[in-house]
Amino acid sequence: MSPSPAVQELILAVVWIAVVVGGLLGMFAVMTWVERRTLAFMQFRLGPNRTGPLGILQPIADGIKLFFKEEALPAAANKWAFIAAPGLAVATALLAVGVLPYGPPFRFPAWGWLPSFLRDRPAQIQIATIDVGLLYIFAITALGVYGVVIAGWAANNKYSLIGGLRSSAQLFSYELALGLSWVGVIMLAGSFQITDIVNDQGRRAGGWFLGWNAVWQFPAFLVYFLAATAEVARIPFDLPEGEAELVAGFHTEYSSMRFALIQMAEYINMITVAVLGTNLFLGGWHAGIPGLPSEGLLGFVWWGVKVFAVLFVFIWLRGTLPRVRYDQLMHFGWKVLLPVAAVWILVTAAAVAFFPGAFPVASR
Amino acid sequence: MEHPTFVSHALLLSLVLFGLGVLGVFLRRNVITVLMCIELMLNGVNLAFVAFNRAAPGGSLDGQVLVFFVMVVAAAEAAVGLAIVIALHRHRDTLDVDAFSLMRG
Amino acid sequence: MDAILFYVFAAIAVASALVVIAQRNPIYSAFALIVTLCSMSVIFALLGSPFIAVLQVIVYAGAIMVLFLFVLMLLNVKSEEDRPAPGTRTLRGVALALVTLLVLQAGTVLARWQPLPAADFDASTRRMAEVLFSPHFLYVFEATSILILAALVGAIALARKEP
Repeated sequence: MSPSPAVQELILAVVWIAVVVGGLLGMFAVMTWVERRTLAFMQFRLGPNRTGPLGILQPIADGIKLFFKEEALPAAANKWAFIAAPGLAVATALLAVGVLPYGPPFRFPAWGWLPSFLRDRPAQIQIATIDVGLLYIFAITALGVYGVVIAGWAANNKYSLIGGLRSSAQLFSYELALGLSWVGVIMLAGSFQITDIVNDQGRRAGGWFLGWNAVWQFPAFLVYFLAATAEVARIPFDLPEGEAELVAGFHTEYSSMRFALIQMAEYINMITVAVLGTNLFLGGWHAGIPGLPSEGLLGFVWWGVKVFAVLFVFIWLRGTLPRVRYDQLMHFGWKVLLPVAAVWILVTAAAVAFFPGAFPVASR
Repeated sequence: MEHPTFVSHALLLSLVLFGLGVLGVFLRRNVITVLMCIELMLNGVNLAFVAFNRAAPGGSLDGQVLVFFVMVVAAAEAAVGLAIVIALHRHRDTLDVDAFSLMRG
Repeated sequence: MDAILFYVFAAIAVASALVVIAQRNPIYSAFALIVTLCSMSVIFALLGSPFIAVLQVIVYAGAIMVLFLFVLMLLNVKSEEDRPAPGTRTLRGVALALVTLLVLQAGTVLARWQPLPAADFDASTRRMAEVLFSPHFLYVFEATSILILAALVGAIALARKEP
């Protein structure tokens, strides 16, 4: 009656895909509401508070509105590329979540309604475990540029094209600094897999939060945070959206559900980047104080708090900073972030090479 | 561990891709498309390297390291090639290979 | 299971390669080439080279093809500029390509090579790094970094407008 191990893995993978993708889409809806309310309070106003108690039904109202809007297809646009581009953006956004762990390892409780092979089984919400986990995420980020480029080009509109080219230039410029910021973390953990990196942080400094990579790799953490803000095109790097600048940037000609898809891709990218930052730099699901358990439900709580903190900082930046100019953006990405990341890799490598005692895992 | 049975089929695939690349270089008249077909040829070669490396005795990784270098050189070549294309376009305002036949003897 | 995946992605690769050489609009050729490169990446992974598979996406599909698309979109290349070459040139080109293909395939088939079973094939990144930085390849590795620098400077020098 119990299925073979291969089928068990398959069923578990399908379950995790449903959980993660469903959770992300739900989080997208919740995040729109959270963002609008938080921004409003920062700007000394109220935000959506009419639809439902505290405006909680606002995302549903937005969805219904977008559903009924007219889907305009410009006559001179490249029809198939125009239709495919938002789908490509969402596809690359969702592909990246395949190797991220979404919480600590836990055991399935021995409930009677679970199939027998799931009861009391150790598991972790992670769709796939591959050898080159972080490199895979870097590859998918590299592919994410295409959604923007094709969307900008397909609309056959000057502003869209310029917006699309500018945005993709921004995306792949900051992608380099993003990737380099991970190298120090990978060196310390000795592995590309994110679970290993999280556990490595939990082992340092006796389990205190001073052992997290945000402390031991502080410049890399800064570089990661700024590069990630640019990668998901959040303020202060939100030139791709460019409201009131390039009409609406690369998604000028998109309306209704296609626009909703592009927004969804953006928010999913933001959540992915926050989850990755938590796992790589903020100790993942480890409580920062030794003695507090980090497995199971409590681990989820610590992890969730950290992810929400990172998302809150993203929203906070949006409410506080103005947008940078394009040349300032390029200057910052190439002439500041990239050298800082590269020099920090050198420093980390030198530290690991000359003080192997302090880095037991890295100097294996 | 036996190498997978499709290693020899991967070699056939690499030859097909290489042949299609050669066809493209001959048939196409747009300079950028010719450059893209050259990239296709290089990919065929990469696949051949990886396939042979999989079947190589002793588990050596020399084939994959060579693929690494081929990719790096292909990137450099694509960058310089496209820069030349931009300069040519500025000069002649066309991207037809037949327009750049000044040296034909 | 691996074999099924291989044949599916091999078919996709060949189909998109045909689109690359047959499409008149070079931007569609570029899209098709991206599809080819990504399916090649899957095939590399199936052949036991995860590092090369990921590198293929990062370098080829994620950087080189973006460069191609940028140049195509900035130079505003139209599809009318690409009529097939007239007359016998096409035939000669096709014939040469087919002859090359046949000669190479004949060489592979006729050569009496017996692929030995690969003992414990481990292509992890750690082993790749050990080989790349070993004295055997270290010099080449450093030389390619200088090559990239030279290509960078050369590309900028070639493409910039005269001030």
